[in-house]
Amino acid sequence: MNTQVEELSKQNSQMDRLPQFAGANAQTPSLANPETKLHRKVCGSLEEAIKRSGLQDGMTISFHHGFREGDKVVNKVLDTVAKMGFKNLTLASSSLLNCHDPVIEHIKNGVITRIYSSGLRGKLGEAVSSGLLGVPVQIHSHGGRVHLIQSGELQIDVAFLGVSCCDEFGNANGSHGKLSCGSLGYAKVDAEYASTVVLLTPEIVPFPNYPASISQDRVDLIVQVDDIGDPSLIGVGAARVTKNPRELLIARRAADVIEHSGYFKDGFSMQTGSGAASTAAIRFLEERMTAKGITAGFALGGITGAIADVHKKGLIKTVVDVQSFDRDAAESLATSPAHLEISANEYANPTSKGVYVDRVDVVILSALEIDLGFNVNVITGSDGVIRGASGGHCDVAAAANLTIVVAPLVRGRIPTVVRRVATVVTPGESVDVLVTDHGIAVNPKRPEVDQLLRDAHLPVMTIEELRQRAVSLTGEPEPLEFIERIVAIVRYRDGSVIDVVRQVKN
Amino acid sequence: MKARRSMLFVPGDNPAMLSTAFVYKPDSVMFDLEDAVSPREKDSARFLVFHALSLAAYKDIERVVRINRLDSEYGLKDLAVAVKGRADVVRLPKTDSAEDIRELEAHVTRLEKEYGHPTGETKLIAAIESASGVVNALTIATASPRMIAIALAGFDYLVDMQTRRSGGSEPELFYARATVLHAARAARIDAFDVAYGDVNDDEGFLREVQIAKQLGFNGKSLIHPRQVDLLHRAYAPTEKELERAKRVIAAAEAAHRNGLGVVSLDGKMIDPPVIHEAELVLSRVQVA
Amino acid sequence: MKILKEAIAGTLESSDLLVKVAPNNTGTLDVVIRSEVIKQFGKQIRRVIDETLGKLEVSQGSVVVEDKGALDYAIRARVQAAVQRGAAAEDLKLEQLS
Repeated sequence: MNTQVEELSKQNSQMDRLPQFAGANAQTPSLANPETKLHRKVCGSLEEAIKRSGLQDGMTISFHHGFREGDKVVNKVLDTVAKMGFKNLTLASSSLLNCHDPVIEHIKNGVITRIYSSGLRGKLGEAVSSGLLGVPVQIHSHGGRVHLIQSGELQIDVAFLGVSCCDEFGNANGSHGKLSCGSLGYAKVDAEYASTVVLLTPEIVPFPNYPASISQDRVDLIVQVDDIGDPSLIGVGAARVTKNPRELLIARRAADVIEHSGYFKDGFSMQTGSGAASTAAIRFLEERMTAKGITAGFALGGITGAIADVHKKGLIKTVVDVQSFDRDAAESLATSPAHLEISANEYANPTSKGVYVDRVDVVILSALEIDLGFNVNVITGSDGVIRGASGGHCDVAAAANLTIVVAPLVRGRIPTVVRRVATVVTPGESVDVLVTDHGIAVNPKRPEVDQLLRDAHLPVMTIEELRQRAVSLTGEPEPLEFIERIVAIVRYRDGSVIDVVRQVKN
Repeated sequence: MKARRSMLFVPGDNPAMLSTAFVYKPDSVMFDLEDAVSPREKDSARFLVFHALSLAAYKDIERVVRINRLDSEYGLKDLAVAVKGRADVVRLPKTDSAEDIRELEAHVTRLEKEYGHPTGETKLIAAIESASGVVNALTIATASPRMIAIALAGFDYLVDMQTRRSGGSEPELFYARATVLHAARAARIDAFDVAYGDVNDDEGFLREVQIAKQLGFNGKSLIHPRQVDLLHRAYAPTEKELERAKRVIAAAEAAHRNGLGVVSLDGKMIDPPVIHEAELVLSRVQVA
Repeated sequence: MKILKEAIAGTLESSDLLVKVAPNNTGTLDVVIRSEVIKQFGKQIRRVIDETLGKLEVSQGSVVVEDKGALDYAIRARVQAAVQRGAAAEDLKLEQLS
């Protein structure tokens, strides 16, 4: 007897590709068994999850950095993967921090041979700067990472994502549960694009779990792991709140600049980066907002407890969160209906159909170095060693109406304003104002802002003058020496190469 | 007229602070060789202060050096460094009598001659830290034409008085404050209020600043950079006060230009004290 | 000035430097510098130390410097303090300091 498909193809030869029905659960065999129907995704151990993920040598594995300095997922997974004998993997974590120094061993042992990351810090950064990896690290921005994934260059085979809680089907979030990191903005992208998604969670909760920042329809495997991160360590390092009087002086001055910039109107939108002075600026902005009866339409970020607090007071209408920088911010995400979680694609990907950075009026960012052309370096220190991250810097700088960079003019004996930065991460054309403890410089392409600030009697001077002041204190630094070999490639948000980092001379 | 609202104390043995104190733009900076520096480090601090005095970054800030008392083994050496380093002002701690100032002045004059500096270029501030000092405030304030201010130092004074700070309205400081102020006004020099020790208590600091300002103190000794801006804001004139001051000065200048002996504004005569007050108000305008 | 005994001045705090001087019997002046900013300012630090020692007429001894990003004026001050302590001398003449 002919099957329908056979009959179909006789009548229309192009229809022979259609499969013939072969039973209700032919394509969903797990439904046949009540055990597997419900519990198939849950693995008994991380090893089992890795086995079932189909991971092979040479593949790309990814992580998110929502737990920042408190992250434990990367090290745990890499240790297990190494023990199981995998080699030659590409590590694609949305960023890497000081707590990820153990990656060095895995590089030495050939487990990891390529890295994509927004940044490198600590000993890992030093090791890479000294030539540890055979192939240059790809440094990308937060928005740029999504573009690399969508364009096909960065193809994630297995994503290992730490989440605070999830049910046995994979509905997961980072904002509820004991070990919460707040927004899963970066993880959402990996969950969307990775071939296989493994969730690591300390709490498997009853089905269905909500809110589902990551939905069950993107999740392959789940494993319960006691310790995915330490929330108390998120708000350290770059994201700490400062009492340092110099950083506070700079933060206040940045708020003064915003107040007189022409953008300080009811409904304005803002973003503060992860440096101490930029996160402190919100307090001074709050004073001015209260004094002038101005409410912000939204705050984007990188969200701190300080922003959440101002939001609670009703001075910021909506909080748009791609990453929560501390516990208070994570709590606000869980409890305030106007505190929204967004993905990195909605945040900053230049090729996405709509990103929040495009809607920002003023942003305050930090810098390791800035040069006479206003180009900013956030990745290599004064000694040429990689010790920072590209982050969302070039994304929001390109898009915001007013980009303010804050930094002390001199750090110890190191001038922040230099003739030419060691590494360009954000091009000068995206940077409008530099605020330091010695004074303010405005990019010549914004003469109207320069005039407004001078009219407000703020200490405005040229960037050349600022550099002179720095050098008169510190002396003129010797230029850094590198050897030719390139150890990192800095990718601008659109995927183009904006600069390279060379190996330091020892 | 240059305002003398804020005198920021900077420990003379701390290069990190010496290298950065100017960014807070205090009216005066006081490099301290006395209480902030341990006996073992007095010699090393002296070198640091000597060199810090010549930093270009301090050129727009009045540079004060607090030396040790002259009857200590350090005082004269400190003074030599302060004068050679061309400090603007020397601050003498624990000034009990006019004789203390006269003795200091004699040494300063000698040192200025020795180093070939113009006589009289180094000014003096007396810090009053005891009952004797308060009782002798007027003679101290008038002991030398080099005197530009007297400062009340609360902690040691209260120990000498066998009491301590009470917080709140502080009757225990009232007499000393009033006396020091009267002495300063009679001698036509500036008066500084006590330092506020709790650097984390902004509210308490500002309450005390209001009292000092209302009493008439020109300024205050400050022990932490964040107090500088707080103080300047508290002393800043209101819009109204500023407007009036500007009009007074304009009227005075117009009268001067026209060779008139009498200054008038809105049909009323403006006495010199009013003009002086207007200048004081303008000197306290807070720039960001 | 002659360095007669071991002496230390300064601290390892940020923006400061620790200077150790000691007599040696080689008759030479040996200066060793370790610095956080050796790449950018090593030459400058060396110059300042040599100049300072020169003005004090120190021509022999061992000088070891551990620098934490101090500015030139602090380097001068700490070297002078260490030499004064090591020479167990009357205070240095102020004319020799700048």
